[in-house]
Amino acid sequence: MQLARVIGDVVATRKEASYEGLKLLVIQPLAADGGDVGRPLVAVDAVGAGVGERVFFVRGKEASFPFLPTEVPADAGIVGIVDHWSTT
Amino acid sequence: MILARIVGTVVATRKDPRLVSNKLLVARPMDPHGKSEGSYLVAVDTVDAGVGETVLIVSGSSARMASGMKDCPVDAAVVGIVDTVDLVE
Repeated sequence: MQLARVIGDVVATRKEASYEGLKLLVIQPLAADGGDVGRPLVAVDAVGAGVGERVFFVRGKEASFPFLPTEVPADAGIVGIVDHWSTT
Repeated sequence: MILARIVGTVVATRKDPRLVSNKLLVARPMDPHGKSEGSYLVAVDTVDAGVGETVLIVSGSSARMASGMKDCPVDAAVVGIVDTVDLVE
């Protein structure tokens, strides 16, 4: 999993049937120091995250697992909202 | 998933039999602000997208989970046509 912040949302009327009712969010991956790292991407939301929140997300086919048995074609998915994190 | 703009189509007569009757599109990835970045990629279309549209592309093995793509040799699929992208910054 990787940390990210939610920076926006995506609206799509015409989409895969299994995407119906799901939230698509634009996220910016973060480094441990809180700074941006890498390119922003679009992720499906499995936990009710919103714009401005810190989250962690999974990449790959695992992003679709929270929605099983529906097979959602997702390669990035938000699976947790971060309350706080610390590094030593 | 990544945002991309459809910039063309691909026609291929000789191809894997499981790709027959699928539409192949050439897409240029873009950042959420609309700026093109990276190199072009070919994606299979499942939502009837067309040239000029902004779309959502799923990559890797998840592309096979798009409708009708089960067991097809694809690693990128167009799964949505983007209406708007709202950014806070």
